[in-house]
Amino acid sequence: MLSIKEIQKSLVSGDRSAVEITQAHLALIHKLEPQLHSFITVTEEFAIAQAEKIDNQIAAGEPLSLLSGVPIGIKDNMCTQGILTTCGSKMLQNFIPPYESTVTQKLANLGAVMVGKTNLDEFAMGGSSETSAMGGTANPWDVSRVPGGSSGGSAAAVSAGECVVAVGSDTGGSIRQPASFCGIVGIKPTYGLVSRFGLVAFASSLDQVGSFGRSVEDTAILLEAIAGYDPKDSTSIKVDIPKYSELLTPDLTQSLKGKKIGVIKETFGEGLNSEVDAAVRKAIAHLESMGAEIQEISCPRFRYGLPTYYIIATSEASANLARYDGVKYGLRGESAENLLNMYCQTREQGFGAEVKRRIMIGTYVLSAGYYDAYYLKAQKVRTLIKQDFDRAFEHVDILISPTAPTTAFKSGSKAEDPLSMYLLDLMTIPANLAGLPGLSLPCGFDAQGLPIGLQMVGNVLREDTLLQVAYAYEQSSEWHKRSPSIS
Amino acid sequence: MAKTQYETIIGLETHCQLTTETKIFCGCSTKFGVSPNGNVCPICLGMPGMLPVLNEKVLEYSVKAGLALNCAIAPLSKFDRKQYFYPDLPKNYQISQYDLPIAEHGWLQIELEDGSSKKIGITRLHMEEDAGKLVHAGSDRLSGSSHSLVDYNRAGVPLCEIVSEPDIRSGSEAAAYAQELRRILRYLGVCDGNMQEGSLRCDVNISVRPVGTEKFGTKVEIKNMNSFNAIQRAIDYEIERQVEAYETGEKVIQETRLWEENTQRTISMRTKEGASDYRYFPEPDLVAIAVPDSTLAKYRAELPEFPAAKRQKYRNWGLTGYDAQLIADDRSVAEYFEAAIALGADAKQAFNWIMGDITSYLKEQKLKITDIPLTPTVLAELISLIADQTISSKIAKDILPELLANGGSVKALIKAKNLTVLSGDALESIIDQVIAANPKELEQYRAGKTKLLGFFVGKVMKATNGQAAPQATNQLLNQKLNP
Ligand SMILES: [Zn+2]
Repeated sequence: MLSIKEIQKSLVSGDRSAVEITQAHLALIHKLEPQLHSFITVTEEFAIAQAEKIDNQIAAGEPLSLLSGVPIGIKDNMCTQGILTTCGSKMLQNFIPPYESTVTQKLANLGAVMVGKTNLDEFAMGGSSETSAMGGTANPWDVSRVPGGSSGGSAAAVSAGECVVAVGSDTGGSIRQPASFCGIVGIKPTYGLVSRFGLVAFASSLDQVGSFGRSVEDTAILLEAIAGYDPKDSTSIKVDIPKYSELLTPDLTQSLKGKKIGVIKETFGEGLNSEVDAAVRKAIAHLESMGAEIQEISCPRFRYGLPTYYIIATSEASANLARYDGVKYGLRGESAENLLNMYCQTREQGFGAEVKRRIMIGTYVLSAGYYDAYYLKAQKVRTLIKQDFDRAFEHVDILISPTAPTTAFKSGSKAEDPLSMYLLDLMTIPANLAGLPGLSLPCGFDAQGLPIGLQMVGNVLREDTLLQVAYAYEQSSEWHKRSPSIS
Repeated sequence: MAKTQYETIIGLETHCQLTTETKIFCGCSTKFGVSPNGNVCPICLGMPGMLPVLNEKVLEYSVKAGLALNCAIAPLSKFDRKQYFYPDLPKNYQISQYDLPIAEHGWLQIELEDGSSKKIGITRLHMEEDAGKLVHAGSDRLSGSSHSLVDYNRAGVPLCEIVSEPDIRSGSEAAAYAQELRRILRYLGVCDGNMQEGSLRCDVNISVRPVGTEKFGTKVEIKNMNSFNAIQRAIDYEIERQVEAYETGEKVIQETRLWEENTQRTISMRTKEGASDYRYFPEPDLVAIAVPDSTLAKYRAELPEFPAAKRQKYRNWGLTGYDAQLIADDRSVAEYFEAAIALGADAKQAFNWIMGDITSYLKEQKLKITDIPLTPTVLAELISLIADQTISSKIAKDILPELLANGGSVKALIKAKNLTVLSGDALESIIDQVIAANPKELEQYRAGKTKLLGFFVGKVMKATNGQAAPQATNQLLNQKLNP
């Protein structure tokens, strides 16, 4: 499997053309998709046309970007002009946006080759990619298991080599948790670092677009390409974006002296799988051996993160998804006899069970008489959780925890138990509530050969530190060199 | 037993469409009268993944309106989502402001017919987006129509909602409030106030209660008034209806009623089953608003002098309260008036010319006062030439059409037309000729038929083509007829 820099090298040397590289990836997609189903739409013609453009550029001696000719997957909740964008929902199964998201526009401008739109939990609501109306995605390490979610398609595609890097979105862990389950690197940056323009909203104050790669370097290259202020997104941050990939220098792999790392006490204990526990502790010891200063940090309000998240996220979702009513686009309940009937039929038929559950929770907690007890209180707890982080970052540069309490589970095993599914996000949610950057990278495998993820959370806009420590760990360990046998 | 006296409690909610070029959260034009769905984009259609970005002009206009209404501008304001399902609302929520409106706690002074004035409190002023428009086939309502079409041109047009305190007590006070509010918004240039086109919409909340009771009566909302007159009549009708209901022991129910212009009455539109639950919560796609002090100071400095201050000034200049009200109604007319005064014109004269001949001409030609070549300078010159008797009022009226059409120097015009007033020796010799030519009338006059003075004035005017100075003519005739 090729890295971004390897692709660049072979393009520049003329070893392989962009079309050849793209075709090789498309061939693998065709081979693996019957088993994996990482993609909802494979954009074969679009990809070949894009690759031909790169080859023409090379022939004309025009300069290339690092992403030129790099096969990339885009989560199917990022709008792509003229290309089906379903959000994994029956509601939008025929929806072709007449506009382009800022992120995909940036990638197209840089010459990245989109090979397809990746599978996800319906409207990014879920932790297994099983709620997709187009059917679930399998985990490349064990196809009887889930890849995690909601960006499971992106994670599986990168892990299996169907594309080199991929874009995902993370509302409560939807990049980090599937990265952990699929044994790759995934970063959710600071809220506002990447434009949400064209990202179909789940929970607007928590949603953030991020990147997946098989290495920290690839992940960093993709992040620096999509990050940056966008006047079309009022919540986007006006800040200069560092060249993250250029900060990943060889000296980091020798020593982490001076880096202070906090281990979040509350993320270890009950509910944590013992193999995950052991692998994460080993990784911490490894970081310490590299000269990092390790200390235990308590974030006492973390345990309130889950209920807080499920109030805020569902509240926002209930409003964000109100527009799917059959009036303007998407599915319409056709046999309706009046307006109310049309609304009901459309939403009854268009949304899956998990989406309906969340809309109902959100509608309930925002109702008159309940607002103060739920939504308002949740906003207060959100502030307290932020304060826990603020205090922690007075002492340390990054915080460490397991990404998920377990490794990938069997498909269907949690379908009847939404609460146990929600618990998977326990460790990833607080970073979303606080708007902080979080990253997951492989730190071991369990006895069944399933990947284990290590989560690092950084202070606001400290993606650089996160990526540097992750790079140091990765380059001095072997985990990233394994790949699933399926590919 | 004495008849029960009732008092009426009225509050107004006014939706004002702001006159920005573009919509509140996208770049679409706000132009009226475009073909259906001609002014729409993915953002104002609320399509998946689209995000709102606040039009800075909307904020500026709202802050200025807040300042003009003596409101406190919120140090921190935000938008909220007001949720309800209706096909004219693309996202099925309206981006509005709930608990932190941009402006609060203001007041507006109205002048009543008896010359007294009254302060009406302004509860709040907030920004929001308008909804689209439904066109029903086969019915004027959704229910009963075979199908309905949606036009989203209006969706996302910026509105400013202004809520008054329940300080209003009668239909005429309500109309005065709405008129003064419109005047202020027009002075600011933030709303054109066209009630027919719906760019100014007033909803009335009204209840009556026996004088002396603490508890408010049941509140009824009235909509659909397309003029100030309709507001007044709708309220007067509603007061009568509610008092009658109390008198006959009928229950006034909490509902929304529509004013029906053709039958001059209010009719029930829908009953409110409890309070609607709009599930407001903060709009996460927009950031909180804090207007910097420097910007506030800039906006404050840009505010015009408002009608109330102008009216006071004009009364001090000698206009009646009614006249002051009339000429202060429109900012450009008032400014024209003041410019003429600044050039030395007499206030009463200037008023008469502006509100008389000039206004009729403007109406006839469908022009604005700023459009005509007859500038305040020309008017001031005209008035001063009448005052110093260079020309008579009659001549002034005669040459007005030419001045209205072409402007220019009045002096030059009267010189070119040889219209200067005749006085002194020249006038005296003409008068002598007139007297000499009418010996019979002279004899009758001197015999006591003094009414014949008019006859001689007429003859002099005729002989001078109307150029004779009227006062001098009278004076000279008197001298010569009564030696
Ligand atoms: Zn628009």
